[in-house]
This record gives sequence, structure tokens and C-alpha cells, in this order.
Amino acid sequence: MTLAIFLTLAVISVITALLMVFAKSPVHSVLYLILTFFTIAGQYVLLNAQFLAVVHIIVYAGAIMVLFLFVLMLLNLNKDTEPQKSAGWKLAGAIAAGSLLVTMVGAMHGSIQIAGAEQSNPQVGLVENLGKVLFTDFVVPFEIAGILFLAAMVGAVLVGKKDLKV
Amino acid sequence: MLEVIRSVPVEYYVYLSSVLFSIGVFGVLTRRNAIVVLMCIELMLNAVNLLLAAFSTYLSDAQGQIMVFFIMVVAAAEAAVGLGILVMIYRNTKSTDISLLDKLRN
Repeated sequence: MTLAIFLTLAVISVITALLMVFAKSPVHSVLYLILTFFTIAGQYVLLNAQFLAVVHIIVYAGAIMVLFLFVLMLLNLNKDTEPQKSAGWKLAGAIAAGSLLVTMVGAMHGSIQIAGAEQSNPQVGLVENLGKVLFTDFVVPFEIAGILFLAAMVGAVLVGKKDLKV
Repeated sequence: MLEVIRSVPVEYYVYLSSVLFSIGVFGVLTRRNAIVVLMCIELMLNAVNLLLAAFSTYLSDAQGQIMVFFIMVVAAAEAAVGLGILVMIYRNTKSTDISLLDKLRN
């Protein structure tokens, strides 16, 4: 049953990711990518990483993709203004990405053995456990992430200003 | 023990992540619209996130999931700044075609 859910989510995520890449209109690309993100959130639920699943939906589907949609509508891009690369470029990209896929799968195939998975602790992805780790072992990176956000916010506002007077 | 560990081998997550990552690479290489290129980068980040979360669960180690959390932080900051730059490019060139941006002058 779990395997069936995993395979269903995996197939949907791969199909929507392909549709995202091949969609002519950027708006369709955004919508397909949101579907992909929802299937990935489903994988997190399957892995009992509930905190990650909720944060993933809030951050990606709720914030980042809405930002993408806003920019798309602000710039008024549609199918007619969509630039296209030539077939040669597409073939070269397909060969490059396919080689990467074959290399990664070939390198990983049969080489992963996880010892002690039988004694695994199912509570590891819950908020209580993650909060403890985040605010003890990872408290310095957490604060640095706050500074990064501040810098990104200032940078985005500064870059987006219409007439910059230095 | 979780049901998923018993019934889904961890290799399946590796394969799924590899496929998603390769689709992202393909999109970055073949699309010329800068917004779609940014979305493909988000897809690649998500493929890596999925693999980190899978190994974190299979090894019962919370550090992988904390790492996923930080990757999400960086992805959000990257998207905000990237889209800001994109709007600026559009204002100057009236296009989001990345092949127009192959020179640093003019």
C-alpha cells in the first residue's frame, strides 16, 4: 500500500515536472511546478516528516510560487512572447541531462546499504524533536539564516527600485 | 518502525530524486525564459531536499531535515532576489530572454 502511494506520487511528480519544462506558456509552467511541489509534500508525509511537509507547502506553494505568478503577471508574459531555443540546443540539453541521469543512477545502483533501519525512531520528523535540534545544535546557523533573509530583503528592495540614486 | 521503511527501498528515493534533478538540468539547459530557468532551479533544489529528507528518515537522524529547512530558507531568499533582478532586466530590455544577456557591457 505504501509502495503504491509512493509510486503514484513519484509518477505524478515526474510527469508534472516534465510538463513544467515543456509547457509553452510560463503560467502553465508555474501551475505544473506547484503540482510537483504538492506531490513532494506528499512524499514528506509518507516519510513522516510532517514539519517539513507543512513548511514545504507554506514556503513553496504559498510564497515562492505566488511570487513567480505575480512577476509573470506583472511582466505580462504569455505564449507569444516566449523565446524558443533551436532543436539542436534541445537535443544537446537532452543528451547532457540524460548522461547525468544515467551516471547518477549507475553510481548509486546497489551501493546503498542502511544498517539499523529496523530500529529507526518514527518520531524524528515531528515538530518537537526538530525544534529541539534546531534550537540547540543548529542555533547559530538559524540566526545566520535570519541575517541572510534581512540581506535578501534589502537587496530585493534595492534592486527593484525604479530610479536608483546612489 | 515506519511502514515506508519496510515497504519502499531507499534506492527508489535516489532514483526519483535523480530523475527530478535531471529534468531540472534539462530545463535550465534548454529554456530561454529566465523565469522558467529559475523554476527549474527550484525543482533541482527540491530533488535534493527530497533525498535529504528520505535519508534522514531512514537513518532516524534529524540533521538531514534541518538541512532541508535551511535549503528552503536559501531558496526563498534566492527567489526573491532573482525575481527582483529579473524585473529590473525586463525594464531595461523589455524581454526575459536570457540569450540577450550574454555580454557584460551595454
